Amino acid sequence: MFFKKLISFLVAGVMVLSLASCGGGTEPGNTEEPSGDSGSEEIVIGFVGPLTGPVSIYGLAASEGAQLYFEQNPTILGKTVRLELLDDKHDTSEAVTAYNRLVGNMGATAIIGAVTSKPAIALSIEAAKKGTPVITPTGTAAEITTYGENIFRACFLDPYQGQTMADFAYDSLGNKNIAILFDSADDYSSGVAEAFEAAFTAKGGTIVANEAYTSGDTDFNAQLTKIKNENPDALFLPIYYSDVAMISTQAKAMGFSTQLLGIDGWDGVIDILDDVSAVEGAYFCNHYSTEDTSEEVQNFVTSYEEKYGSLPNSFAALGFDTAHVIADAIERAGSGDSAAIVEAIKTTELPVVTSKSPLKFDEGGDPIKGISIIKIVDGKHTLDTQSNPE
Amino acid sequence: MNLFIDQMINGISVGSVYALVALGYTMVYGIVKLINFAHGDIIMVSSYFLMVFLRKAGLPFPLAILLSVALSGALGAIVEKLAYKPLRGAPRINVLITAIGVSILLQNVFAWVFKQDNPASMPALLDGAINIGGVSISKISVLTILVSVILMVTLSLLIKYTKMGKAMRAVSEDSGAAALMGINVDTTVSATFIIGSALAAVAGVLFASTYRLINPFMGSDFGLKAFIAAVLGGIGIIPGAMIGGFIMGVVESLAKGYVSTIFADTIVFTILIVILIFKPSGLLGKNIKEKV
Repeated sequence: MFFKKLISFLVAGVMVLSLASCGGGTEPGNTEEPSGDSGSEEIVIGFVGPLTGPVSIYGLAASEGAQLYFEQNPTILGKTVRLELLDDKHDTSEAVTAYNRLVGNMGATAIIGAVTSKPAIALSIEAAKKGTPVITPTGTAAEITTYGENIFRACFLDPYQGQTMADFAYDSLGNKNIAILFDSADDYSSGVAEAFEAAFTAKGGTIVANEAYTSGDTDFNAQLTKIKNENPDALFLPIYYSDVAMISTQAKAMGFSTQLLGIDGWDGVIDILDDVSAVEGAYFCNHYSTEDTSEEVQNFVTSYEEKYGSLPNSFAALGFDTAHVIADAIERAGSGDSAAIVEAIKTTELPVVTSKSPLKFDEGGDPIKGISIIKIVDGKHTLDTQSNPE
Repeated sequence: MNLFIDQMINGISVGSVYALVALGYTMVYGIVKLINFAHGDIIMVSSYFLMVFLRKAGLPFPLAILLSVALSGALGAIVEKLAYKPLRGAPRINVLITAIGVSILLQNVFAWVFKQDNPASMPALLDGAINIGGVSISKISVLTILVSVILMVTLSLLIKYTKMGKAMRAVSEDSGAAALMGINVDTTVSATFIIGSALAAVAGVLFASTYRLINPFMGSDFGLKAFIAAVLGGIGIIPGAMIGGFIMGVVESLAKGYVSTIFADTIVFTILIVILIFKPSGLLGKNIKEKV
């Protein structure tokens, strides 16, 4: 009788143990203790971005930039840097999960991410509660950095892009009547469209058509027909490259040719288009140009090309710069303490790839930096103009 | 006036692709009373087959199109044999869930296999536009409308005049009685799936050649609209699917062109709801009273 009881106790004990080990063993290969702060020989930096899916080109490029930086500079404070890459699939809940895994399970000291605006907003709201230093390399939506003083960004903002393109279209190209086609389901797209409209009408220009579609749409003929009928000087497309590819191809197929204007989401469009002539002559603003002759840019471009065999797009450059800023801040903070790193990031003044002047942050955590305008000529990016922060 | 004609042509062109896909939904529903949610994904599957044959194998267009349509048709039949046939006696909801499962499976398998080609660009089948009296129409739209209309006419003739068509109509009316009359129900169901999937595959080829960019999840959105077109026309009724498809396309295009591009979907679906309130079984559907 006693023996039977003992066995059932043992069985119950084994079951409890196996459950416990299930809970703890979710991260094969990442068995580091949660707080990577005291005594460990490694510093963990987390990266969150879309590594698969329709905008994976951004996440992959940004992660390659960050990887390249830590390959060239493998230690911070004498400790080896381990860069953990997690995929958010351009999805808000995946981004939050990735953040919690990085900080909770892997002991990340700082986060590079998220790469696209919507997931970056979700990640920031979560990170603001904990105070982890977060720098989004490429999230351009204005609100990302408003959730906490520990949230920074390395790229310029949506309104700044809209304003720059409005100035450029009106002053440099002499366009007076412009049509806009944007994605009403995307904060990034509608944010830039709004800023563009405000800046362009303030200058005295007219928006002859302001049309929308929603993410996932594939047929733009109805919108394009409407726009074509208004006969604008230029068509402003504040959207991501895969939609640019479809819209420009459909415009060309219906025999509608006009000056196309875009923003940084365009980076990558020439790689994906089957017929590049659909975007020939288009202008878009971007974070940097591979043609920039400065030492920072040329060193980065050469080493990136050596490692990956292609020219780095601006997402790769921003990933590289973000890694640089984080490494510099941890070094100056002297420890893995979140609050000290945040303070160090605030006083950053670094020569970087994606700005002509040294990168600084304003009180809101946004960068003070320049912008480049790229023209597509013969299916290639060429640097048209470059500006410094005012 | 030209603007109106342009928008009508845009609508008819999209609508004809909706109609092609809607035919598959409606045929399958008519015969096995199953809403085959994996049907929309056949568009995606055939686009990817086409991309592989053109880009990776370097086949010429006609051969690549033929192969991808044939393979997609075969895939439709295989899905039916493996996933739906074992459940033919089961409650309808089980088969419906299986269909959703197949759809998710197809999407994710393709997303995994074509990691590097997500999205993938397609070469042009037909480039440029033709000009008729000041109205310029892209050549691919003209081809889309022509191919769709030809296929729809052929399908109608096939169902009306061939033995296979007669068998389909018989099975859809009463599969038990049809079996007693010596009709092979299994073969008829397989044929329905093959024809339906092949039509969706043609839609996929036209879709890929028009929009020139494909991704593994593109079938679900487009498929859903085609399904709605089938319901609008009266699901299970073949001319209904065609009419439903064209109405969807044209209303969508006119709503975008004349009312608001932001509220286009809202307008389309409001019209749909209103039609279904007054004609619950669709435009061509007959009101069948259920016996208690």
